[in-house]
Amino acid sequence: MRAYLEVFKVNHSFGNYQVLKDINLLIGKGEFVSIIGHSGCGKSTLLSIIAGLTKPTAGSVVLNGKEIDAPGPDRAVIFQSYSLFPWLTVWDNVRIAVKSALKHLHDKEVNERVSYYLNLVDLSHHRNKKPNQLSGGMRQRVAIARALAVEPKVLLLDEPFGALDALTKSVLQDELIKIWESTNLTCVMITHDIEEAIYLSDKIVVFSNGPSATVFDTVQVDIPRPRIRSEMIKTKEYLDIKNRLLHYLTTLLGRSA
Amino acid sequence: MATKTIRLLFYPKAKNIKNVWVVAEGLILPFLGVLVFILMWYLISSTLAGQLPSPMSAFNTLYELIENPFYDNGPNDKGIGWQLFYSLKRVFLGFFIGSFIAIPLGIFIGLSKKLSIMFNPIVQILRPVSPLAWFPIGLAIFQASNEASIFTIAITSLWPTLINTVYGVSSIPEDYKSVAKVFGFSKYAYMRYVALLCALPFMLTGLRISIGIAWMVIVASEMLAGGTGIGFYIWDSWNSLNLNKVISAILAIGIIGYILDRIFERLQRRFAV
Repeated sequence: MRAYLEVFKVNHSFGNYQVLKDINLLIGKGEFVSIIGHSGCGKSTLLSIIAGLTKPTAGSVVLNGKEIDAPGPDRAVIFQSYSLFPWLTVWDNVRIAVKSALKHLHDKEVNERVSYYLNLVDLSHHRNKKPNQLSGGMRQRVAIARALAVEPKVLLLDEPFGALDALTKSVLQDELIKIWESTNLTCVMITHDIEEAIYLSDKIVVFSNGPSATVFDTVQVDIPRPRIRSEMIKTKEYLDIKNRLLHYLTTLLGRSA
Repeated sequence: MATKTIRLLFYPKAKNIKNVWVVAEGLILPFLGVLVFILMWYLISSTLAGQLPSPMSAFNTLYELIENPFYDNGPNDKGIGWQLFYSLKRVFLGFFIGSFIAIPLGIFIGLSKKLSIMFNPIVQILRPVSPLAWFPIGLAIFQASNEASIFTIAITSLWPTLINTVYGVSSIPEDYKSVAKVFGFSKYAYMRYVALLCALPFMLTGLRISIGIAWMVIVASEMLAGGTGIGFYIWDSWNSLNLNKVISAILAIGIIGYILDRIFERLQRRFAV
């Protein structure tokens, strides 16, 4: 059986500098996979390749049996920098994405959809505000609504909560996981937060350091869902995985700071 | 509100006194500056340069001119208001023509790296040329000095807006481009919601620079063209050796230039991201 999202022997170089070397990944439908590694290990480049924004030097990415050669709304991206258009309202930021991605929808359907997803992330009251009138957490909510509203096959998250404070971060993680559980969406998330990776993922892919980064190990997270953060962090499984990841990242892949 | 004002007046706290002083400073200091300038002018006109009118006589003339700005005693004797009106008309006409060419062209060039590289040298060579050098070309094309002035202003307004628009469009952040690609924005949606709005503050900067230069250039251009306009008025006043009128015209030009700049500054702030 073939996996839903397959990364085959992806290599990528910028000039003579090899970023990624022989990356192979198999991701099942509805799976939540995190990619973790030190900064500069090329994990964001891999996400960009899956998104179709970067063409790999060699290798290929196949989604649902079809090779990826261009960006598209079936692989919605949530960027660390939110990437909302500051001159458009919250509503228009989502609306224009939906209208562009799903051209067959009528205006009424577009509006209903935008309304539904803004409601889902609890931003209905802020629909007429511009992004710079919102907090970082709210902006990322808009970006999440925008990505979900086009009903993608795969959600790609590039350090989505990296710029947020710890409290906002955990609230948004809870919301994301609730949405994920109710939609059976396939998620690929880049992170360098070990706890975040364990809390959210089914599988954690550890990247070795660059240049020529490759998959160092894949860790299965078998903690049953729904997970409750306060209880999860006390379980043996959690501590085992955390220690294993820490050992990888600090000892085996450790770098002098 | 009223009670608050009364309270402030009768029971001023130290903080409020300080605020009053800050406001007063904002009014007094500029006033002092103007006073120093007039004093210097007076000293120079009464010692070094006797032919220069004193501030008093210049302000007198300015007052007379402003009192009746729109009189019309035939083609050779019109009020300063008319002259400024003719100049403003030419400036706006030229400015609109120039901007009308510069903005679409700038977007077009800015969207393509190849076009930017292609047109960069020609823009860089023509940009530093004094707009007045274009005046004879305008004359040759239109066979009329009024149209030649407007042509000169259009050329003047072209470069700053063109360069800023190209820059604005070509410096759209990579993240915005990625979003447009991921969500499959059409070319139209990309132009309408990303490129245009992203470049708008840059365009407005270009337009503000353009209108400033255009207002400066019109004076010189009308000196060459003759007939009507504030530039012609200055030259005409000089020929009849009326320096009071020259200085009055200079002050009027300055004030209108300042107002134009403030209008565009407002626009810039309105659309700042």
